[in-house]
Amino acid sequence: MLKLENLTKRYNTGDLALQGVDLEIPDGQVLALIGPSGAGKSTLIRCVNRLVEPTDGSATLNDENLTKLSSRALRRARRRMGMIFQEYALVERLTVMENVLSGRLGYVGFWRSYFRKFPKDDVREAFRLLDRVGLLEMADKRADELSGGQRQRVGICRALIQNPDLLLVDEPTASLDPKTSRQIMRLINELCAERGLTAIINIHDVLLAQMFSQRIVGLALGKIVYDGSPEGLTPEVLTQIYGEEDWSATIEKVDDEDEDD
Amino acid sequence: MGKPENISTYPEIWNKPPFITNSTLRWGIIVGAVIYLIAALASMDINPQRIVEGIPRGQRFIASFFPPNFADNRGVVWDGILESIWMAIISTVVGIALSVPIGLGAARNLAPFWVYITCRSIIAGSRTFPEIILAIFAVKLFGFGPFAGFIALSLGTIGFFAKLLAEDIENSSEAQAEAVKTTGANWFQWINYSIQPQVMPRMIGLSVYRLDINFRESAVVGIVGGGGIGATLNTAFSRYEFDTAAAILVVIIVIVMVLEYASSFLRKWVQ
Amino acid sequence: MAVIKTNNEIIWKRRTTKKQLAIWLAWLVGISIVLFAWSIISERTVWFFVQDAPRQAADIGGRMVPPKWSYISKLITPVWDTINIATLGTVIAMIIAVPVAFCAARNTTPHSTVRVVALFIIVSSRSVNSLIWALMLVFILGPGVLAGTIAIGLRSIGFCAKLIYESIEEIDENQVEAIKATGASNLQRMTYGILPQVLPTIAGVGIYRWDINIRESTILGLVGAGGIGLQLSASINTLAWTQVSTILLVILVTVFISEWVSAKVRGAII
Ligand SMILES: Nc1ncnc2c1ncn2[C@@H]1O[C@H](COP(=O)(O)OP(=O)(O)OP(=O)(O)O)[C@@H](O)[C@H]1O
Ligand SMILES: [Mg+2]
Repeated sequence: MLKLENLTKRYNTGDLALQGVDLEIPDGQVLALIGPSGAGKSTLIRCVNRLVEPTDGSATLNDENLTKLSSRALRRARRRMGMIFQEYALVERLTVMENVLSGRLGYVGFWRSYFRKFPKDDVREAFRLLDRVGLLEMADKRADELSGGQRQRVGICRALIQNPDLLLVDEPTASLDPKTSRQIMRLINELCAERGLTAIINIHDVLLAQMFSQRIVGLALGKIVYDGSPEGLTPEVLTQIYGEEDWSATIEKVDDEDEDD
Repeated sequence: MGKPENISTYPEIWNKPPFITNSTLRWGIIVGAVIYLIAALASMDINPQRIVEGIPRGQRFIASFFPPNFADNRGVVWDGILESIWMAIISTVVGIALSVPIGLGAARNLAPFWVYITCRSIIAGSRTFPEIILAIFAVKLFGFGPFAGFIALSLGTIGFFAKLLAEDIENSSEAQAEAVKTTGANWFQWINYSIQPQVMPRMIGLSVYRLDINFRESAVVGIVGGGGIGATLNTAFSRYEFDTAAAILVVIIVIVMVLEYASSFLRKWVQ
Repeated sequence: MAVIKTNNEIIWKRRTTKKQLAIWLAWLVGISIVLFAWSIISERTVWFFVQDAPRQAADIGGRMVPPKWSYISKLITPVWDTINIATLGTVIAMIIAVPVAFCAARNTTPHSTVRVVALFIIVSSRSVNSLIWALMLVFILGPGVLAGTIAIGLRSIGFCAKLIYESIEEIDENQVEAIKATGASNLQRMTYGILPQVLPTIAGVGIYRWDINIRESTILGLVGAGGIGLQLSASINTLAWTQVSTILLVILVTVFISEWVSAKVRGAII
């Protein structure tokens, strides 16, 4: 279970990005975090794995207070939290396989990782994951030779090979076309279901959020303004989150026609 | 990395694909490099005994640099530094003034073929020989003193500046150049309106950089008689006045730092 | 750029009057400095020699041809030494420059004091010409190839480290952050997140500097630090002009070949 209590972040520039957020996410729940640009979505998930240091409050994962950890313990805790990035954040000049295996860095000593001598189980798991996302053939390609959707799938493998309890996903589809976006969201959703993962997914596309999550949290100016089911997203609620706009086209329920590769 | 036969069992070993895929070539290069290194080190004639003997000498030598002596030869040092600065300035200005026509001539998109070849050979000639060799000949021709150093540094500037200018012009945007041409501008107007704005900011940054290089080089052309602080430094070394030499080196380092700071400042200001 | 509106006209000028004045002032100051510099230099010039220079040049040029081709056989060892000085010097420099660069880059330095030290190493190494390094090392190590190699190495550290640390500061931080988020240690973050991004620069800088070092090592012999410069200065001192022209041709060819090699290698790597 992930529990955020009074989580607050003020950047050095003075921006108050999070204003005392309280949130509790039970195990296995996939939660979509929506909100306008600058609302603090990225800040929130980065405060969880402390890529951003929160100013106040706490984040607790399975009874361990993440905000209090020493740097060594923090590294250990980060192994249990997989992160997926908007711009993929693959190391472009490394091969697909190295990128996937880099998810194991927290478990492997320096020299082993330096000479790319990862344990057999890790290598087998890497191949299995690549096969699962349909990229087995690409293992030896360099990451910068892949398309956006393929890169994001490598990013997903990198997060999953960590064998995490929690997935932190920051706008996984923002750089992708609509169809690939759906495929990626579906993939994340399926993988979470297979492994019973808890996930926070930042996403701009309200429709996708409704389609692929069990719970939606709306953030505006660093505060939670909506917390409820996908069906509860009425035009009034959206106005509260994003401001005045004609919302009819955004939330109209579209059938999730099943397309595959 | 072959595809596994049976999809349910995955390989347990993965090796990074080598940078050079052809294994004969790869091993050829590795073995060749090792043999070369051994041969080169062997011909270095490193004599351990001489090095051991050299250690106390080296320590004494380094110790004699400290503390740097700014006082005793202040007049001479100051004079040398100033001469170096004047040499650097004048050779940068003259060198760049000569580089502009040569650089224009060495840009393939501007110049007719024979001009291009001529200018490129001038650049190649001046780039091949280090300033010191140019200075040796300049001293032979013009006698000892800063004039010879000035000539050598100006020639060196041409090789550096004209080459970069030519490359910049060759890389400049074709579209802008054509747009100005279609207005019916003559050749000079065309250069002035389409090429100059594109290459100017970088060229200004480069001229300060070259001023920096010329100042540093002026510290060595003196060693062969080309004037400047190098002459003073050489005298200090040959008279075993190492503390004065240290002072000169410190001054050179400080001036280079100032120039570096100035050039980054100027580059920001120009853009 | 300025647009000035008077009673019934709009006048366009490239610059405002104030800015135009400032620019003219800058030109005035610049030109005065140049003229002053020129007056100092010309004061210290014996113009008789300068007037005599064309005749001298013709004379020396005449004595240089034809080059003494038989002398080439004596130049093989010096050329081999020159290449070794450049290559080994570059290798030494790169081995030291890479860690120095990591200490000097704002985003990888272990501590700000370390950064200042690293930057100081870079500036001192860059400011002192390899010939001056060689001059000092010949005092310590005695004349020979070793002094030249170390001189080239010392001079190149700053140059290489500067270019490398600038490229380290320009890396994509997202990639590093992603590695950090997996729970990697600092060293692993370095080797997985940063090194792959700067490796092409490191290789490029090494080759570029090697090319420069071939040129620089041709002159170290002037102060006794080995290489073909030894023969050059000896030939000039004994006025053996046909040997001088041979040496210059050999240098020319060596430099052209090294330029060709470095272009090829760079093309293959990057
Ligand atoms: N590194 C930083 N330094 C200073 N201020 C920052 C930094 N990162 C974010 N902020 C500020 O914090 C606030 C929240 O930013 P955040 O990136 O969390 O928003 P977001 O909801 O993820 O927006 P988007 O949808 O555009 O990604 C913004 O006002 C932003 O300006
Ligand atoms: Mg964001």
